[in-house]
Amino acid sequence: MKTKTKNDLLSLGACFVVYAIIQALITFGVIGQFWQLNIVLIGINIILAVSLNLINGFTGQFSIGHAGFMAVGAYLGAVLTVKMHLPFIVAILGGALAAGFLGFVIGLPTLRLSGDYLAIATLGLGEIIRITILNIPYVGGASGFMGIPRYTTFTWLFFLTVFTVFFVKNFINSTHGRACISIRENEIAAEAMGIDTTRYKVLAFTIGAAFAGVAGALFSHYFYIAHPASFTFMRSFDILTMVVLGGLGSITGSIAGAVLLTFISAALASYPEWRMVIYSLSLIILMIYRPQGLFGNKEFSLKMFSRLTGGGKRGTAQGK
Amino acid sequence: MFKKGLGLALGACLLTGLFAGCGGAGTGGSANEIKIGGNIELTGGVASYGKQTMNGILLAFKEANAAGGVLGGKKLVLVQADNKSEASEAGNAMTKLITQDKVAAVLGPVVSGNVLAVSQIAQDNKIPMLTPTGTNTKITVGDDGKVQQYAFRSCFIDPFQGKVMANFAAKSLKVAKAVIYMDSSSDYSKGLADAFSDTFMQNGGTIIGKEAFLQKDQDFKSALTKIKAMNPEVVFIPAYYEEVGKIVKQARELGISCPIIGTDGWDNSKLVEVAGADALNNTFFSNHYSSQDTDPRVVKFVESYKKEYNEEPSALSALGYDGALMIIDAIKRANSAEPEKIREALEKTKDLQVVTGILTLDASHNPVKSAVVIEMKDGKQTFKEKVNP
Repeated sequence: MKTKTKNDLLSLGACFVVYAIIQALITFGVIGQFWQLNIVLIGINIILAVSLNLINGFTGQFSIGHAGFMAVGAYLGAVLTVKMHLPFIVAILGGALAAGFLGFVIGLPTLRLSGDYLAIATLGLGEIIRITILNIPYVGGASGFMGIPRYTTFTWLFFLTVFTVFFVKNFINSTHGRACISIRENEIAAEAMGIDTTRYKVLAFTIGAAFAGVAGALFSHYFYIAHPASFTFMRSFDILTMVVLGGLGSITGSIAGAVLLTFISAALASYPEWRMVIYSLSLIILMIYRPQGLFGNKEFSLKMFSRLTGGGKRGTAQGK
Repeated sequence: MFKKGLGLALGACLLTGLFAGCGGAGTGGSANEIKIGGNIELTGGVASYGKQTMNGILLAFKEANAAGGVLGGKKLVLVQADNKSEASEAGNAMTKLITQDKVAAVLGPVVSGNVLAVSQIAQDNKIPMLTPTGTNTKITVGDDGKVQQYAFRSCFIDPFQGKVMANFAAKSLKVAKAVIYMDSSSDYSKGLADAFSDTFMQNGGTIIGKEAFLQKDQDFKSALTKIKAMNPEVVFIPAYYEEVGKIVKQARELGISCPIIGTDGWDNSKLVEVAGADALNNTFFSNHYSSQDTDPRVVKFVESYKKEYNEEPSALSALGYDGALMIIDAIKRANSAEPEKIREALEKTKDLQVVTGILTLDASHNPVKSAVVIEMKDGKQTFKEKVNP
């Protein structure tokens, strides 16, 4: 227990250092607006990927409706700040609670499904949320919710991202998290061991949805606009791609996937003809050579390096 | 150890972005070129619109450069950025063009929703942007009624098109009972439907029914059966060609033979492919220009466009071309490539001869110019009439 806390504190310390460095570089103008924007996108994508990984990777429930929960957070957050003039923190909490609640309500019936059926149900759900929003004139309908102030700063983003990652990590290492993993490994065996599978599935789904809501609120308060076209199933697939690319069941994998894909997309912005080709090619190559994703279900750690440099038979480490 | 790794990984990832940031910064334009950004839908849902617009812009730049450039021989360079037909990506592309490429002005995006998403970024950075084809009124005049200082356009606005078609229906087609069938997922469609019904009723007509569909719908027969039962004299479909093609085809199959009218979203060669030439007889739509117009400017444009791209220019190409002409004209009159001076000159655009007419910007940055009504005859667009504002 003690070493665990110590390690947590160490990583938190490392995060602070990283934060300080990047914040300083932004303040002194070394990082321009374009890369600031992409750092924000990376952060938002990390939150989305890690939260989806909790549902898809750790609990083994194949959900592809994450963009819908993101939309709920984005719109509710915007309503709270623009129409009700409440502070940003309320918008984030409100977005998270609303998305989480929706996840809970929807999770109860749909999580009784499994495999393909669940995937289709969640896909439909994401579209239902989007189309509902599309037809609410109060939030701008088809033209989108405009005039949202830019409240999302690097500070907000960074600490919410760190919070998400630590929350999910600690959740997985808790009793509840292990119950979730057992459902992924073998649902019948888990049930036989006395685990209330529906309860844990819904719990993971709710938490995942709530964090998607946080990401949504951050998103709409950075891009000045919440537009239904930003939350189509294509975005759900984007998030899913990040999770699968990094490795289902690996938090560091999700982080790496989110960073890599956002980065590729930004770096190729000047070559629109090649962007989708390179993007698709890299995915195909990865799926051929590493079908389990970059990190598999392992976590990236310094141990990998010691194993690699130590050489020998245990060279199965997943690091790069 | 696992947690430490986690933190480190997080740090490493964020640092990756950081180094990239250092590498990318500081690309200025050289002394004898002027960089103009093109924030265009090159991939995604409306890539076909984006491509046509881009062709028009590129042609205008090429001609201007061939004629000796601007400001004493400086070449115009278009820096392209794809916005994937999505609002937040449009913001991303805009930020890149302004802060990384340091462009003097931005052309695009093409679709209103994406334009609205980026106008704040242009405003914050004080860079003028000109959308060739964004017809939504809010682009140039915000919700608070204030003119968006840095936003311009080279096309007319939605209400104008709605009015044109309502007048056309009432006066040229001489009908009094209309049904509106609109795309409820598109703001463009909703705005046009409102403008049409207002003017149509002012002309003494009645709207006997309103039906709606969603983008990407395939089967429209249930709504069309309802429309047929209403027995309308004209059906107004303000939507984009993909759905319009299917709707017109299915409507004719169900025996709706009355005129079907629409707006510039119809303008695409795919419309004929989807609907079939026969079904499209007796349909009309408003557009920004017609390639059959005998005006010498239009003839010259169509000729050079065909030579360059080996295809007929659509209205989007013409508008892209005109948008580029407006920027070039503004740079010439400002005698400077500074964003603020270009903005001031753009505001004073007056009697500029462009392909889609003689263009003057009004106080709210909207062009005052004519529209044309096009009739589909055996799968061919034919010029029906020109409507002045």
